[in-house]
This record gives sequence, structure tokens and C-alpha cells, in this order.
Amino acid sequence: MTDYFSVFGLPRKLTVDGEGLQRRFYELSRRHHPDFHQGTDPTRQAEVLAQSALVNRAYRALRDPLPRVEYLIALEEGRETREGAAEKPRAPRELLEEMLEVQEALEEARAAGMVGDAGVRLREERSRLEQRYAAEAEAVVARAGEWDRLVDEGGDRTALLEWFKQRLATRAYLRTVIDDLSEALGEREEGHVSHRRH
Amino acid sequence: MSRIVGIDLGTTNSLVAHVEGGIPRVIPDGEGRTLLPSIVAWTPDGVVVGEAARRQLARNAARTIYSVKRLMGRGYEDVKDELARLPFRVTPQAEVVCIRIGDREVTPPEVSAHVLRALKQRAEAHFGAPVEQAVITVPAYFNDAQRQATRDAGRIAGLEVLRIVNEPTAASLAYGLHKMAEGIIAVYDLGGGTFDISILRVRDGVFEVLATNGNTHLGGDDFDRAMVDWILADIRARHGADLSGDPEPVQEIRLGAEAAKCRLSFEERTVLTIPFDRFTYHRDITRAEVEALVEPLVATTLAPCRQALADAGLTREQVDQVVLVGGSTRMPLVRRRVEELFGRTAHSRLNPDEVVALGAAVQAQILAGGITDMLLLDVTPLSLGIETLGGIVSVLIPRNTTIPTLAKEYFTTSVDGQTTIDMHVLQGERELAKDNRSLARFDLAGVDPMPAGMPQIEVTFLIDANGILQVQAHEQRTGKAASVEVKPTYGLTEAQVEQMVEDSFTHAEADVEARLLIETRTEADTVINHVERALRQAGALATAEERAAIGAALTALRTVRAGTDRDAIRECTIALNQATAPLADRMMEAAIKEAVTSKRADQLLENS
Repeated sequence: MTDYFSVFGLPRKLTVDGEGLQRRFYELSRRHHPDFHQGTDPTRQAEVLAQSALVNRAYRALRDPLPRVEYLIALEEGRETREGAAEKPRAPRELLEEMLEVQEALEEARAAGMVGDAGVRLREERSRLEQRYAAEAEAVVARAGEWDRLVDEGGDRTALLEWFKQRLATRAYLRTVIDDLSEALGEREEGHVSHRRH
Repeated sequence: MSRIVGIDLGTTNSLVAHVEGGIPRVIPDGEGRTLLPSIVAWTPDGVVVGEAARRQLARNAARTIYSVKRLMGRGYEDVKDELARLPFRVTPQAEVVCIRIGDREVTPPEVSAHVLRALKQRAEAHFGAPVEQAVITVPAYFNDAQRQATRDAGRIAGLEVLRIVNEPTAASLAYGLHKMAEGIIAVYDLGGGTFDISILRVRDGVFEVLATNGNTHLGGDDFDRAMVDWILADIRARHGADLSGDPEPVQEIRLGAEAAKCRLSFEERTVLTIPFDRFTYHRDITRAEVEALVEPLVATTLAPCRQALADAGLTREQVDQVVLVGGSTRMPLVRRRVEELFGRTAHSRLNPDEVVALGAAVQAQILAGGITDMLLLDVTPLSLGIETLGGIVSVLIPRNTTIPTLAKEYFTTSVDGQTTIDMHVLQGERELAKDNRSLARFDLAGVDPMPAGMPQIEVTFLIDANGILQVQAHEQRTGKAASVEVKPTYGLTEAQVEQMVEDSFTHAEADVEARLLIETRTEADTVINHVERALRQAGALATAEERAAIGAALTALRTVRAGTDRDAIRECTIALNQATAPLADRMMEAAIKEAVTSKRADQLLENS
């Protein structure tokens, strides 16, 4: 698997200059996009298509700070995964217990037909979880510099990698609970699963 | 490289354009018209397209097909409700929609091919040379099947479709060529049958689509329908006639409603006059009345706009320009709602009917190597996934991923000695397979018999620059390519398309001269029809002398109409029109008088 960092000539680090990356992405797109290789032979066209797809995927993986961390974890683990779809996350035990309570409250409210102030309470709960969801992402991104320093100094990154994984697993779990709450509140937009930039 | 044209294959109108001296231009027909109505009619004299077909709408409704774009790449079940409102008959069957024309059936790609062929001929007449390659636009929110159907239509028409381009993105290219767009651009495209919103970042000649959303079943057609229902109810109330089951009068009303809607974009009120055999429907209609009818439809375009902004990771304050594309954005109500949503003025400096075709021409020029400083990076509008255990979708390529893109997935067997593996590929945003759009079932054949779980088949799902899926499979252990058999859920198979391409050669279209003759005859028929109706309805308003002159002109036209002399038919048509002019004037006066009187009566009633 081609390392997406190397596609842009970048080191495997989490701090990336967004402007520079975009400029490089445009340059590579100009070089490899099928638009500029019309009329070449089928073998060449297939190569160009594959190259262009690689550039696009690499840019997508590295453009935003959080997906960048997700991609790096996959890379460090030597897993060949698709974007964003890591192994089933294992959330920490305390979180599971806490969320169990939220789920129970949700079940009760559902069973009772969402009467009274159930909706209000669930909405409050959801907004609290959404704040935590955003906070998890910020926490991960905040330690990106630390990771890069360890890379530079050749330090041991195992602990930090584990910590990143924990946070991302927690985040994924929170997302599921938030979606469940939204669905129960009848506020989920046509089952739209959001894929980007949370 | 031969000339590559850009084609906007629209729900209501289609256009062909090309770049000439660095400037994209729409190619007009012999009479200077740029818009070709996307209407195809099967007449006893042959197939007619465009204006001539439009004249058949109210006379030959069951054999005149319009808005076929809404049926492209769709199954019978998808469009069942809509079909009840269309005058033509469709054979009930699960897969591709089949329209019955007399004793034969045609599919939507074949109907669209007639429109494309007319545009191809128009371009060929303009260049005096054959045209074989084209860029064709589609709504950005078109799924894989709808894109394939469009490409099939091109092939059937004898065009090599070099690229399928999204309409809002094409529009942004046209604007980009004029250096009118830099920064974050929102393109709001509301056409005859489809709605798209695309958010782009335009910088240094790169047009990067950040997100797109839309509805492939919402447009001016739906506005017209709301108006038709309203007019039908009004006719019931005022004339005691229920016309809703009569295809021809309904088409008259639809055409009248559409024209009134267009006028109301520029005027506050207008008069709607629709002549029927027994009476003439006549009423004032205001912009406010039409706005009240279409407001709920316009409102449904706003949620996709918000979703696209969210997917692009932007707030409305970050949008630098809002561009309006598509004829329906001429409605002041649409503009108002869009401006409210984005909190800024929207503009349509380039003609909203033509801008998509102009952009297609720009893309054609890029592919021809004539423009090297512009590059379009588009996205796939819908998530692509495969069905997994329990009917759940596993997303392989999320929506709004820049294309071309690819995803790899590994498959294995679940039974010892299993030699085929089947996959179900879907598009959509829902979690359950049954709620998404089924694209195709793939059979991976030729897997070597091995114990269950041993084979490692790597399947590559590649979405090309057209937004169309390609699937390849390899057995990892042996490196052998596995064969992939595609069964499209809502599309034509390769063999069917081949057959249609062949048919289009054998049942060769009437050549240009024959086509012109058909058009002239059709126009003569229209005039004959109108005159006969006028005589039935208001013959008494004409003097004996006038009646004799009209009678003579009618006979003369009928006689030459049977022959093949186009000029004679045209001359006699003009003569008949002239002979009827005094009667027509008197009818108009009478109708106005009647309207004024009935208005007075209404006022008297209101005031009493």
C-alpha cells in the first residue's frame, strides 16, 4: 500500500500545512487527472485513473486533522483499511457503563411513548454528549505536536498511539449513542449518515 | 481529434454548444433557435423532435414523450406515481421503464437518443462536418444507473460520450472561463425536473467540488403540475367540466400553465387563455397565486443546501458567491428563498438556460486539449456500499469523495468448494440495504474450489471521472483476475445497448430533408386544427365571404399537405393563417369582452 504521506512528499507526521497540501494536491491533480490524458492508449489511461484515484484518496485522508490521525493509526498498525473504517472500536469500560444508563433512560422514554418532558431530557442529554464528542476530537488533535516530537526524537510512541485509539473509540461510541437519541427524537435527517468533518 | 461538442440534455430543453475562438457558444438551429424542446413524438410520418413534437402534445398525447429525463435509469416502481400523471403508457415491469408507442416499446435512453441525434445533426449542419464525440451533462445528484442510462443514450445516438459532467459544475466552468468566480461558490441549479446544489472552491483554475446534494425528482415540471391541478379545479368550478381524465386538454392546460408561469417571473399578473372545443377558459392569474402553489416545493430545496454546506464543513458566511442556474431560478420566489438561506444576493449573469451547455463545451475543450489551465475535480454524490450480513450496508466510498476514486474490499467463500461469490452493490445514505438504491449484483465466477474461507478475492470498486462505477476482481493467492458478471438492477445490459445501436442504424432516421418535411406538415396540421376549432366555436363571427376564403385556403392546404412539396405546404399554411386572421381578431375581442363582463359580475357579487 502506498503511504498517503509519501504521495505528497510529506513525512509521517500529524502537523501538516493545509495551504501547502492543497497546493500540492492541485499540482498532482493537474499532472494525473484523466482529463489531460484523453486519447492515450488504454493501458496509460488505466494507469492515470489509478494514479488520480490515489491522489484523491490521499488528499481526503490527510486534509483534515482528525481523519489524519485515524489514517496514521491504520498506517502504524500496518492495517490496510479504507478511510475511516477502522476495526470495531472498543470503548473504555466506564464509558460503556455510563452509556448503558443513557440507553436505559432512552428505552424507558420510548416505552412510555415519549410523553411529558422525556423529549426535553433526551435533548439535554444529547447536547451534553455532543459537547463531549467534539471535546474528544479536540483532545486528539491537541496532542498531534507531541506525536511529531516523538517521531523527531525517536521516542516510544506506543503509549500515545494507544491513547489516540482510546479517544477515537470513545468518540465512535458517542456518535452511535447520539444517533440513537436523535432517531428516538425523530430528528434524524432521512437516516443521513454524516461522513465528514464532525 | 474531431470536434467535441458539449450537450445539456435537459428535462424540458436541450442544447448543444462548442468553443469557438476561445469562447463557448450555443449552436442554433437553422431558424436561430438555441433551445431544443426535449420532446419526441411518433407521428404517422415518422419521429419528430423538438418544436414539431411539442405541437403534437395536445393532439397526439399518447405518442408524444416529454420529460423523459425523469425516467432515465429508473424502475417501474420508482415512477409509478408519476406515470399516472403522464399521458403515455408504460408497461408495468420491475426493471427498465418501457414506454408503449403503438405496437412497439421504447426505453428512456432510446427516447433521449432521438433528442441527442437532433442536436448532433444541428451541430453537423453548423460545422458542415460529422460530429462523433460529446460531453453530456447530468444532474450532480444522478446515481450510477441514471448516469449509465445517459451514456447509453449517447451511444444509441451515435455519439462517443467522452465525459459525463455534473450540471452545476459545468455551470461553474462557464463562469470560471469568464473569470467571474474565485473563492467559495454555491451553485443552486433548479431546472425542469431536477434540483442540485454544489459547493465549490475555485482557485488558480482548479474547480474543486467540496460537496453536492439535490433531488433528481424536483423541478419546474412539479410547479406546472401544481398549477394544472389548480386550473383543473377552477375549470370544474366555473364551467362544470372535469377535464382531468382527458390527456389532450390536460396537455393544453399544462402548456398554458407553463407559459403563464414564465410570464409571471417578469410580471405581477397575466391572463391565461386556453381554448377548448366547447368553451374557452379565461382568467387572470397573479404571481402571488402561483407562489402560494409552489412555495412548499421550493421549500424542499433548502434542506439539501444546508446538508451540502455541512458536508463541505462550511458556514453560509464563508460562501463568497451564490450562482443561480436553470430556468426555474427565474422565479422571483426561488431567488428570494435562496438569498434568505445564504444571506447574500444571488446572481445569474450568464443565461441560466444556456450556462450548463456552455460549461459542457468548456469541458469538451479541456478534453480536446484546447484549455490546459482549468481543471474540474468533482465528487460522487452518493455513498457507495455493499450489502453485508443482515441486510446492513457497509460503505466503501462515502458521498462527496473526489473522483476518480477507488476502494478495495476482500471477499472469501463460506462453503467448501464454493466457486462463485455474489455481491450486491448499492448507493445511498441509509443503513439498511433495502432503503438504498440497488445498483447491481455482481457474480464473481471462477473461484478455484477450496475449503471455505481460503480464497482471498480482492475486489476493486473504482468510480471514474464520470461518476460511473467499474468493478475488478483478483484472486490474491494466484493473482488471477476473476470474472465479474454485472446484472444492473435498473439499467440496460451491454447486449441491449448494442442491439439498440444497431437498430438505430437499420431503422435509419429520416434524413434531414424528410425531417423538415415532417416538421412542415406538423405545423400545417396545427394550423388546420386551430382553424377547424375556431370555425366550430365561433364560425358565426365570420362573414360569409371570410368563411368562403377560409374554406378555400383549408382545401388548398389539405391538398398540398398530402404531397411532398415543402415550400407549397408552407405557403398554403401562411395563406390559411392570413385568411383566418380577421376571425381570430374578432374571437380575441369577444373573449376579452367576456372576461371584462365576468369580472364585473364577480365584482358585483363580491360587493353585494
